[in-house]
Amino acid sequence: MTLPTYPLPNARGRYGRFGGRYVPETLIPALEELRIAYEDAKKDPAFLGELQTILREYVGRPSRLYFAKNLTERLGGAKIYLKREDLNHTGAHKINNTIGQVLLAKRMGKRRIIAETGAGQHGVATATACALMGLECIVYQGEEDVRRQSLNVFRMKLLGAEVRPVSSGTRTLKDATNEAIRDWVTNVRDTFYVLGSVVGPHPYPAMVRDFQSVVGEEVKSQLLEVEGRSTPDAVVACVGGGSNAIGVFAPYAYLKDRPRLIGVEAAGHGVESGLHAASVAGGKVGVLHGSMMYLLSDENGQITPAHSISAGLDYPGIGPEHSHYSESGVAEYVPVTDAEALEGFKLLSECEGIIPALETAHAIAYLRTLAPELGKDKVIVVNLSGRGDKDVQEVMRVLEDMEATRAVTH
Amino acid sequence: MNRIQSAFDTAASQSRAAFIGYLPAGYPTPAAFLEHAITLLEYADLLEIGMPYSDPLGDGPVIQKAGEVALAGGMTVMGMFAQARELRQRTDKALMVMTYYNPILSIGEERFVHAALEVGIDGLILPDLPPDEADTLIPLAREAGLKLTFLLAPTSTTDRIELVSRESTGFIYAVSVTGVTGSRVGIPEEVPLLVANIKAVTDKPVAVGFGISGFDTAQSVAKVADGVVVGSALVVTAGRGDSLEGLAAEILSGCRKT
Repeated sequence: MTLPTYPLPNARGRYGRFGGRYVPETLIPALEELRIAYEDAKKDPAFLGELQTILREYVGRPSRLYFAKNLTERLGGAKIYLKREDLNHTGAHKINNTIGQVLLAKRMGKRRIIAETGAGQHGVATATACALMGLECIVYQGEEDVRRQSLNVFRMKLLGAEVRPVSSGTRTLKDATNEAIRDWVTNVRDTFYVLGSVVGPHPYPAMVRDFQSVVGEEVKSQLLEVEGRSTPDAVVACVGGGSNAIGVFAPYAYLKDRPRLIGVEAAGHGVESGLHAASVAGGKVGVLHGSMMYLLSDENGQITPAHSISAGLDYPGIGPEHSHYSESGVAEYVPVTDAEALEGFKLLSECEGIIPALETAHAIAYLRTLAPELGKDKVIVVNLSGRGDKDVQEVMRVLEDMEATRAVTH
Repeated sequence: MNRIQSAFDTAASQSRAAFIGYLPAGYPTPAAFLEHAITLLEYADLLEIGMPYSDPLGDGPVIQKAGEVALAGGMTVMGMFAQARELRQRTDKALMVMTYYNPILSIGEERFVHAALEVGIDGLILPDLPPDEADTLIPLAREAGLKLTFLLAPTSTTDRIELVSRESTGFIYAVSVTGVTGSRVGIPEEVPLLVANIKAVTDKPVAVGFGISGFDTAQSVAKVADGVVVGSALVVTAGRGDSLEGLAAEILSGCRKT
């Protein structure tokens, strides 16, 4: 296997005006060390061979490209294919990246691994990779998320990781990321920071993208087999920071004949409500976690809390490459609300027998608009980024609340 | 007149390192900030006014919490500048603003620089903006006559030391440890070497910060550097509602070179 090489970022880690390295000076040499080590590993057949073996034998790649016949018929439009990242070991796309980064950490001789997590999917995937490779693992998670995601906290502990609750700021993913960066600044000499999304200072957004690109590369050959062409008419994925979306977008984004690339942002209670996580639709250009990107902030540059029913999209920024795709028109970003995502969650469960993650349910929900609009001769590929087991309890609670509200108003 | 250079010159003429204090604007309240800052400036040569920020990833718990309190109290960029203006009317010592980059970007670099100058700020200290990313801010500040201080760390390589020393126009801020702001036990042994490596490439003043909280830590830094930066220890005292007088006097005496 090879890891892809894309035209962006440039030598300064920029995607157009986005990206860069806005970090304390202490980290600059570590980021250079990481960049060089990664570029070196990318050319090393032994590293690539080991990565490929683990992805195949342990993660279960390639994941299936499944033709969702029932959903296609239900929506009465374009043919819908689901890229089944939910079938990966640990139940989401996150593991593609953590296996790559933890292998790299081992290669660099770093024995101590740190990571941030929101809902816990990236934390679990990091803890899993560390258990596999015998490395120490510390996961930072906001106190609020520790409370909401007790099952994943237990999974991480079971896998041998230490979970450190973060009590600063909004006590969610944003603050867990701050705390992971503070740990890295402090222990930079022996610690490897496994970042989970296409955010952060250069080279993280590029490295995470490259490790996730296996998803889109597989789609190309799988689609060629069943449809006789490697490029669909549209690719749809949900976006928070944007790692699963970049995995299916990047392999197409730099082609001359690229499909429509559609990122679905979490609009929470609606973009106008102010309670959302839609950084393109409702944000502006700023700097967070070391990178210039679209984010949610007030007129004083204070980061404003994101809101989404899905913890994995509950992040106030969208990665620099997505920000660039949006500004330059390479990809479109559309908002989908909590309520619409719940409809998507039910829709896929009922008609395909697949319970998607709440994150992924945002992408599913948008198909109700897109599939009929494109029409029957067209093909859509959706990145089914994760399975919904982790969300079942939360959805049950929300649906019961809605029932109760309905009962009161009737 | 360059008040920042004067701060270091005055200290040197008294055979001591310059005492640089840090206080976040609006903490614990805007009125208390002013009171503490006035007291502090009776001892300190230069005051860093911190712009409270929602995501201060270079700061330890003390300054994080202080920032949260100040923001909850309604502190804004223009509110911070208003505090600076009031201070400027009462002191002729050097005043700098220490801020993360996003507030500057949000207000707009040009507007931020001019607002700073207009209220009598002498320079900016930029903890998450390496010179590599300041290619628009550097010329703006130079033209306006506002000084910029970038940071160096124990991990900085020779080429980083050269770059930061060249682009810093106020003083050079050397971080004593790999880590965030806050008190620690003692000053790492590598500090003298870091300062010597910086001094080998520049004549600009070099101040050391992070982990300096009293006489002993100030002394070990004053022996090798031109300036001693104290933040969290002052913030803790201010947060308790105590006068800064005792701690400020102690640190000032720790700044003597002989």
